[in-house]
Amino acid sequence: MSFISLLWVLLLGSLLGLELIGKVPPTLHTPLMSGANAISGITMLAALTLIVKAEGNVPLLIIGSVSLGFALFNVVGGFFVTDRMLAMFSRKPSNKK
Amino acid sequence: MNLPVIIKFVIDLLAVLLLALGIKGLSKVKSARDANRLAAFAMSLSVVGLLSYYLGTSGIAIQSWIWIIIGSIIGSLFGAILAKKVPMTSMPETVALFNGCGGMSSLLVALGVAIFPISGGQETFDFFKSLINEVSISVSIFVGAITFTGSIVAMAKLQGWLSTPGWTQSKVRHFVNIVFAVASLIAFFDLINGNTSSIWLLVIVSSLLGIGVTLPIGGADMPVVISLLNSYSGIAAAAAGFVVDSQLLIVAGAMVGAAGLILTQVMCKGMNRSLVSVLFGGSLSAQSTASSGSGEYTNITSCSVEECALTLEAANKVIIVPGYGLAVAQAQHTLREVTKKLEQNGIEVVYAIHPVAGRMPGHMNVLLAEADVPYEQLKEMDVVNPDFPATDVVLVLGANDVVNPQAKNDSSSPLYGMPVLDVQEARTVFVIKRGMSAGYSGIKNDLFDLPNTSMVFGDAKKVLNDLIGELKDLGVGEK
Repeated sequence: MSFISLLWVLLLGSLLGLELIGKVPPTLHTPLMSGANAISGITMLAALTLIVKAEGNVPLLIIGSVSLGFALFNVVGGFFVTDRMLAMFSRKPSNKK
Repeated sequence: MNLPVIIKFVIDLLAVLLLALGIKGLSKVKSARDANRLAAFAMSLSVVGLLSYYLGTSGIAIQSWIWIIIGSIIGSLFGAILAKKVPMTSMPETVALFNGCGGMSSLLVALGVAIFPISGGQETFDFFKSLINEVSISVSIFVGAITFTGSIVAMAKLQGWLSTPGWTQSKVRHFVNIVFAVASLIAFFDLINGNTSSIWLLVIVSSLLGIGVTLPIGGADMPVVISLLNSYSGIAAAAAGFVVDSQLLIVAGAMVGAAGLILTQVMCKGMNRSLVSVLFGGSLSAQSTASSGSGEYTNITSCSVEECALTLEAANKVIIVPGYGLAVAQAQHTLREVTKKLEQNGIEVVYAIHPVAGRMPGHMNVLLAEADVPYEQLKEMDVVNPDFPATDVVLVLGANDVVNPQAKNDSSSPLYGMPVLDVQEARTVFVIKRGMSAGYSGIKNDLFDLPNTSMVFGDAKKVLNDLIGELKDLGVGEK
């Protein structure tokens, strides 16, 4: 991947992010923040890459593993907590109607 | 292009698409829960894509598998346990903690690559490429460290483990932070010049900068800071994407970064604060005590719970205004019991939700939903404001600044221009409050002086419990 095309990816990704969240009801601000936060744990892929490419370098393996742990803490915790919040919203309307 | 490359390409593309759909879906109540699961699925898909790619090309050593499994299990386990156990009231600090760990992860990846350059990706040495590599490593470390220490400070402050030290409210803090920022810059250029050891300087000073920037910020501005840090963690992930040459990381990181910025903007608007004043203005209370010191109350009416119950019984329409005090007192379930009784008596009950009530937008919605309040009864500010003149009783529970009429009437007030709930238009207003202390802004609330406002002093939960008793005695809700 050339650097220039990676910059394009960065630019288009940012624009996509700006467009995706246009109108959000205040109700969803906390879950949205928490969900987006879970997605930012995507660095787990970078941590995985680090571990795979460590080639037996133990300090690097440990750094990668700790990094992976932090990222997954973010991802798993983030998605669960978001689901917990959203579960409380979705239950009510379906019961009432 | 061989098969593993193509497979990874297709999976990555699919994952990006699903993540985008996930974020989009999270912005609508109906689709939010499925969207969250969709995003989670996309994330696991991306892991499968990456692992299958390495299995198909270079292979994955046993040793690597061991460390992958150790890291995954420990991280996931702690994440899942915390997510299940944490009470709904401490959602803001939980998000801050998760967020900080995401930043830490990006930092560690960049640090690992910086200390032990990995093979592949950058086979041919090329000045331009190595410059890009160093810049992306530096950005990843810088943003990652700020995200981590900033989030941890934010969490500690929200938990009450950390208060705002006095010196951080003086001008000294700007000097200190500028020193940290300049030191980061020096470390950055030193790193590009080939001095690898300066990476530690970068780690240390950017961590200190994260602390120095977050520490002076006061309670009410905390949600904005968390949202901003959330955006940073996306940027850190994107920077890590440059470090390991991953498009998927860059796209996902950029999306989160941009989305976080928008959300931050929305929150600032709701509080009538600019991002600059949140970040550099210090805590609002420190400034305003000087500007509006004439905060003496002259006409406070306090009343008993019994009076409050009697007025409620005679009402046709009641609006509840919840605030952070309700969350602190954990009184959402008790409140729900009170409103249930009123509803059984045929009284119309509505909850007015100010956009920044609580410490995070949507905080009150989450809290009330936990107590089984029907979603339809939660009304946003713009919808509910025209209803106040036709309302008999307003119950203000632990909210303060968001119901201060000064924001509308007094152009000299620091709150002036902030959108507020027009509770004073209602016939009677009861403010349930522990004492006469000011809200986060430290500003006198003119509402309390109005003739149609009565104060009911006490802890929200205790008052509501007493109210249930009084209502029972009156026979409300027993038909």
